[in-house]
Amino acid sequence: MDQLNARKYIIGILIVLVSIIFVVKLFALQVVDSSYKFSAENNSQRYVTQYPARGLIYDRDGDLLVYNEAAYDLMVNPAQLASFDTLALSSLLSIEPEQLRESLVKARSYSRYKPSIILKQLSSKKYAVLQEKLYQFPGFFVQPRTLRTYSDTVAAHLFGYVGEVDNKAIQDNPYYQMGDYLGISGIEKAYEKYLRGKKGVNIYLVDVHNNVKGAFADGKYDTAAVFGQNLVSTIDIDLQRYGEQLMQNKTGSIVAIEPSTGEILSLISAPTYDPDLLVGRVRTANYRKLANDTLKPLFNRALMAKYPPGSTFKVINALIGMQEGVVGYNSKFYCDMGYYAGGLHVGCHSHYSPLNLPHSISNSCNAYYCNVFRKIIDDPKFPTVDDGFNNWRNHVISFGFGDKLNIDLLNEASGFVPQTSYYDRYYGDNRWKSLTIVSLAIGQGELGITPLQMANMTAAIANRGYYYTPHIIKEIQNLPMINPRFTRRFNTTIDTTWYGPAIEGMEMAVNGGTGSTARIAKLDDIIVCGKTGTAENPHGEDHSIFIAFAPKDNPEIAIAVYVENAGYGSTYAAPIASLMIEKYLKNEISYRRKWIEQRMLNADLIHTEKE
Amino acid sequence: MRRKVNLFSSIDWFTVLLYLAMVFLGWVNIYSAVYNEEFDSIFNISQRYGKQLIWIIAAIVLAMIVILIDSQFYQLFAYIFYGLAILLLLLVLVFGAEVHGSKSWLAIGSFQLQPSEFAKLGTALALARYLTSHNVNLAKLPHLAISLIIMFTPAVLIMLQPDMGSTLVYASFFILLYREGLPNSLFFMAIAVVILFFLTLIFEKLMLLLIIFSFALIVFGFIEKSLKKSLVAALLFLGIAGFLKAVTFFVPALELTLYRIIFISLGASSVIYIILAFTQKIRSVFLVLTMLVSAVLFTYSVDYVFHNLLESHQRTRINIMLGFETDPLGMGYNLNQSKIAIGSGGLSGKGFLQGTQTKFDFVPEQSTDFIFCTVGEEWGFLGTAFVVILFATLLLRLIFIAERQRSAFSRVYAYGVISILFFHFVINIGMTIGLVPVIGIPLPFFSYGGSSLWAFTILLFILVRLDASRMELLR
Repeated sequence: MDQLNARKYIIGILIVLVSIIFVVKLFALQVVDSSYKFSAENNSQRYVTQYPARGLIYDRDGDLLVYNEAAYDLMVNPAQLASFDTLALSSLLSIEPEQLRESLVKARSYSRYKPSIILKQLSSKKYAVLQEKLYQFPGFFVQPRTLRTYSDTVAAHLFGYVGEVDNKAIQDNPYYQMGDYLGISGIEKAYEKYLRGKKGVNIYLVDVHNNVKGAFADGKYDTAAVFGQNLVSTIDIDLQRYGEQLMQNKTGSIVAIEPSTGEILSLISAPTYDPDLLVGRVRTANYRKLANDTLKPLFNRALMAKYPPGSTFKVINALIGMQEGVVGYNSKFYCDMGYYAGGLHVGCHSHYSPLNLPHSISNSCNAYYCNVFRKIIDDPKFPTVDDGFNNWRNHVISFGFGDKLNIDLLNEASGFVPQTSYYDRYYGDNRWKSLTIVSLAIGQGELGITPLQMANMTAAIANRGYYYTPHIIKEIQNLPMINPRFTRRFNTTIDTTWYGPAIEGMEMAVNGGTGSTARIAKLDDIIVCGKTGTAENPHGEDHSIFIAFAPKDNPEIAIAVYVENAGYGSTYAAPIASLMIEKYLKNEISYRRKWIEQRMLNADLIHTEKE
Repeated sequence: MRRKVNLFSSIDWFTVLLYLAMVFLGWVNIYSAVYNEEFDSIFNISQRYGKQLIWIIAAIVLAMIVILIDSQFYQLFAYIFYGLAILLLLLVLVFGAEVHGSKSWLAIGSFQLQPSEFAKLGTALALARYLTSHNVNLAKLPHLAISLIIMFTPAVLIMLQPDMGSTLVYASFFILLYREGLPNSLFFMAIAVVILFFLTLIFEKLMLLLIIFSFALIVFGFIEKSLKKSLVAALLFLGIAGFLKAVTFFVPALELTLYRIIFISLGASSVIYIILAFTQKIRSVFLVLTMLVSAVLFTYSVDYVFHNLLESHQRTRINIMLGFETDPLGMGYNLNQSKIAIGSGGLSGKGFLQGTQTKFDFVPEQSTDFIFCTVGEEWGFLGTAFVVILFATLLLRLIFIAERQRSAFSRVYAYGVISILFFHFVINIGMTIGLVPVIGIPLPFFSYGGSSLWAFTILLFILVRLDASRMELLR
């Protein structure tokens, strides 16, 4: 009991100790430290946020793509307002006096003592005029900001845009406050953390006449803003611009990747829009207009549109067939203007028959692939159709289909590769077989592939069996290397040896003789390998598709082009792809191909439809 | 058998005087903190100062009622109060109005009540009742466990609201437990846990491991009363570490970072010591090793909790207190403004109603959690020191009162009151001057608010009543 009794002393000592600590700290804070002293005139503090310049974005060659311009917000501190000439101020700001009065009422009701924004994003010119006269309006001051500016009108989908934070963003991250900006889509959003830098603050002493008397506490509480980090994008801006020009007046998408690194050279969605439309004060009105446009310019087709791949998918089926050992270089299948089986007829265009595997690609024979596909699914080593299908599916998704590729842009669609459960639900368990779903052989049916996935698949073929996660930023300032997930190699389930015959077929498609579907894509001095596709469209004209990579050995570019409602793959997609390749590898279009360039630039597939 | 005692003369008027002084000063400072020149009368009911006056008058009435009720009533109904408190806490989770993201208020008609304030009172009563029950001894584990359950049940319910500040108040009951027989070792363990918590946040893993190990060595040497044994252990450890370092030198492919080397060395030496403990019967090895392992596990879990379970604003507040972040516009704003307000008061303050910081709304929550800022700014160091001394005096007086009780129940309850008031005092004032992370709890008797004022008043005056009847008991 004695010991317990003694404890009361310990508790008492604890109380006294804490009190002494408090008194000492208070003494230090109030008497010793003089940085809190205010002068006799009852100065008050003004917090001026230092907004850092947002990081710049460059293209892969170092060209500046996105930068900042100065803008100014007009702020008011209601407690410091004196009577002033509302007419004069409102005319200086070019707004109605009524609007000015309303803003003041709103500011006062928000807080009598904390500043509110009266007018956002004044231009530097306006600011210069206003600044001279600001002394006439005590209580008003100017807060500098920056606005995003684009050196060119291209790649709107890629960059995205910047806007004001909403309540949800503030709740999720207390770094943001009302009036801050953040990236809302595209690179601006995906790399927001790096681009935004860190806000700083300068605290000034102001007297009752709105005069700044100096830094509060000699700047002890000021923090310097930290600039946003600059980004180097993988995009080749000249190629991007060229592609957008080629796609003018058309709908669809182009995606070009560098196969050896996964770097995205171009990402185009047509129709596109001028990124400057969504900057600054005009943004809300323009956004509404763009959102209501029936052609959906804001929809990023490259990442989100799910298309059937059409005949380009035959290359995949060829590779799977060879891997499974059901077809080889010399396998031939008869084609009589199509494929006939069990009452089903899949049509095919007229061509020499029978063809071996490489020729089946260059001639794009439908019957050949109906055979190949069924042989894969019906292979006797699989006990059931389900097993055969799952095996086929595993090969397919190893190319990056059916799921997001997890690139560094957000808003990516997963695409769709059906599972056995899908067909079980539609047809019934055990009530479907290879013939029922044979349209998958030629890339029709229930396949949904995004242009990004198609380009990625092309890169995998170009690499003869692997790909890297496509990405849009190759370098972040001050970081020694990019996210290691972009250097991770993804292997397809197909052995390297099988790519030879498939690529030979793609080479012949472009460079071969009669029957080759893509001769328009042939370049004089570079071997281009490609595959056409024509996707059936129940609502209108077929979609024109083309995948390609070049040069055949040590490829530098893999590209997928998808043009909606444009007919055969060779009519629009192939020429556009070949122009892009030529532009990228040689920097200019050869004389003999200029007519192709002219035709593509002039082609208008949108407005004729409207008529 | 109880003696008859004159109530009026046995009330401890000194305590009552301190109470009235604090309440009055609180009221005056609230007036200044939220002074609105359009409503400049201190009696104006539409403003907080007018309302506080009403709460004060009601509190005094409550105090009188509390005093007039027989003191045995509190002991008899202790568990019922506790049960009511738990019920109210459950009700508020279901029916409570959501204010600032947490459900802490129950509305009954036009009347608002904060159950968490009253739950403290119920817990103090329940603990007092339990610990003075027949044969209950805190050294016995089951009794300790029940005490902890009594303490932590309301705490958990409050945490669900969520209201972290009010939850933490329940930790203060450890002071009560300490006085009533909590084994020393447990108390030190609790303190060690708190220290280790902060160390984990300040130092990185390597440093921590070394600190824990050094501490373990010291404890080992202490228990065995042999410096030599400690040194032997240290040498063994260094030997293994050195060996491993040499191995990495010759076989770099093993990729042994310094951290891993030390970790493995520790593991190896621990194994050797366990073997030694069996062969040479050194018992304390187990104790020390258990301590070591649990300390290391604790650091890992703190790390996990801090980064994965705490919300980002809570992390930021702790980081700001530790000095790792400043954030003058966001989280650090409250703290900065508070320190500026207090600091600008100088020796004697700017004078009544002259505080610019508080007047211009720079200090948030200035009539509730940050009421101390107004004291600092307007009354200066003299004012703040006076308030600190006032609290210290009250607390010491309460200890004096506690120790002169003849009934164990009254004494234990008294320590409950002391624990609660002390905790609020430390955290609230500590927060305003930056010694403690920003945790929103009121300053007793000073902060604006009916629920907190009444709860504290009842809390205190039950003690005054119990004390007044102490002479009724025959020795």
